[in-house]
Amino acid sequence: MHLMYFTEQPMSAYDAQEGLKFGATALMFSNRHFDPVAGSRLYNEYLEHYRLAEAAGFDGIMLNEHHNAPFCMQAKCNIFASILAAMTKRVKIVLLGNPLPLADNPVRLAEELAMIDMISGGRLVSGFVRGGGQEQLAAGVNPAFNRERFEEAHELIVKAWTQTGPFRFEGTHYQHRVVNPWAVPLQKPHPRVWIPGVLSKETIVWAAQKGYPYIALSTEIEATKKIWELYDKVAADAGHAGGPEFRGYLQRCHVAETEEKALANARQFMWMQGEFTGLAHPVWSSPSGYFSPSYRAAFVEYAVGRRSNPRGAAFEDQLQNQQIVAGTPKTVIPKLRRLLEETRPSIMGFWASDGFVSNEDTRTCIRLLGEEVLPALREIGKELGLWSPFEANAPVSRAFPEPARPAGAR
Amino acid sequence: MSTSPPVWTSETASIAGAAVHVARAGDGDPLVVLHHDIGTPERLPFYDALARDFTVLVPSHPGYDKSERPAWLRNVRDLAVVHQWLLASHDVTRDPGRVTLVGLGFGGWIAAEMATMAPRAFRRLVLVGAMGIKPERGEIADQALVSYIDYVRRGFADQQAFDRIFGAEPPTAMLEQWDLNREMTFRIAWKPYMYNPSLPHLLGGVATPTLVVWGREDRIVPLECGERFAKALPQARLTVVDGAGHWVEMDKPDELARLVGGFACT
Repeated sequence: MHLMYFTEQPMSAYDAQEGLKFGATALMFSNRHFDPVAGSRLYNEYLEHYRLAEAAGFDGIMLNEHHNAPFCMQAKCNIFASILAAMTKRVKIVLLGNPLPLADNPVRLAEELAMIDMISGGRLVSGFVRGGGQEQLAAGVNPAFNRERFEEAHELIVKAWTQTGPFRFEGTHYQHRVVNPWAVPLQKPHPRVWIPGVLSKETIVWAAQKGYPYIALSTEIEATKKIWELYDKVAADAGHAGGPEFRGYLQRCHVAETEEKALANARQFMWMQGEFTGLAHPVWSSPSGYFSPSYRAAFVEYAVGRRSNPRGAAFEDQLQNQQIVAGTPKTVIPKLRRLLEETRPSIMGFWASDGFVSNEDTRTCIRLLGEEVLPALREIGKELGLWSPFEANAPVSRAFPEPARPAGAR
Repeated sequence: MSTSPPVWTSETASIAGAAVHVARAGDGDPLVVLHHDIGTPERLPFYDALARDFTVLVPSHPGYDKSERPAWLRNVRDLAVVHQWLLASHDVTRDPGRVTLVGLGFGGWIAAEMATMAPRAFRRLVLVGAMGIKPERGEIADQALVSYIDYVRRGFADQQAFDRIFGAEPPTAMLEQWDLNREMTFRIAWKPYMYNPSLPHLLGGVATPTLVVWGREDRIVPLECGERFAKALPQARLTVVDGAGHWVEMDKPDELARLVGGFACT
């Protein structure tokens, strides 16, 4: 198993009442509520948590980014990845990921990622995402071409990593006279690419066709099984077997020394009164052209207030269906076993705390996960044959059918 | 002039590889109406009023309502060329010197682009609350930030007219169509939003006599854009309609039909 630590890096130092009054904590919720003094403190606390996570025995640190919203302070995952590349020694730096459509120059991303890979000594896993709906608006990027830009930027980045320059690239959205970055990844054929997602079938199909692991973000168990059903079917059509080394899962999981404390802190996973991306605005989160056409009726009804958020669910329901797991190490391990048995992922992210959970409680949570939960999961993983892409020496992709290794170490 | 209600027929033309739907009614000189970014209901009192005096064609823009979406079509000038092609190939509009071109809002922008491409072509041009020029003081309202219903309501001065035409609670099928139309608008007019920086420089060559009409209560495109169109077009004048918003043809159908009819017959 590959076990990762994750936090959304919540910007919890704002008056929650202001968000409720405004009716949304996204896109246009004014940044006059952003306190840079608290921001400075929180960024540095989060860095300490990452350091602690490595010491506690996690295999990887998972990073992401979001824009114009307090649920995630990280506006550029490559910045934290750069810091971690120098600050940590052992953990994989797992970006889930860079929102490709938001980039106007994917070659620049290819360079940044190559630098992170070299500085970290080949510890980069470079996931790619489409970016949230409101982020298309925040970046001024056309939501109707989100998927086209995603696929084309991906093509250009992998080409920049694997094909000797200089070469010319003429795409629909990206045209580059000279692609010839003087920074290439240490890992060959190229760093591993994992694709996270939550709802769109198109992304699952795309990842399966490419042979990239897919990371299901806190979906409930039955929905997760359906994801793997689809993934494995498409994988079989594409000519590979699928299975655990292609499956990742991000679990919201808070542990504490008592059940009561764990449950109280786990409520913070709902700290912005809604789905995990905060109090969403139905129009901004789903601009036309962004969402999967198969959900059009649901999203247009959501946009005018006739239907609840297709992405949201209540705290008690999420506890019940294990989208959120909370307790002492002793009580959470059987729940996590159930998840592993039923959905068989080899990559597990632990989203350990959120919102207003104190620095101290977060540190305790990381320590308890490391001391008790991770060793137990490793045993269960062995028992169930859940070998991670690293353990299984799985190929990077269908296009590059060999495992990623630092150049010179082959 | 006939007093019985006009009979509307549907046609499909294949333009640049896409099936373009055209609604047609009436007889008389040819008049073409280019619809808004929200698309258009198939029938409107405004269209019926025009069809009493003209042969009226209401094409659906490619990617809107019943017209097919061409994946390659990605800017408003492309759309203007498609409509030029449609008019050149259609029996009714083959002689552009007889054609009155009426553009509503977003359709006004397309009509203005068409006029700059063929400066002497049309008999008359009518631009109603036209997009296409960047306002200097205000802004063109951004539909990306508001719901389908809120955006359409914003274009009405008379909210009861909205209820009459779309129903107080428009059905899901209508919302889906507005979403599809909005998606197409994003595909071709996302950035810059709803204007072409070169358009003001090109309007000076348009020799077609033009009537610029604006709703006094237009909350989507500021009236200053109407003033700028009227100034940039050599043969244009501006008429402001009281009690009308952006969708002048739905707020004040008879008044707009009278203005268009009067101007087209001069």
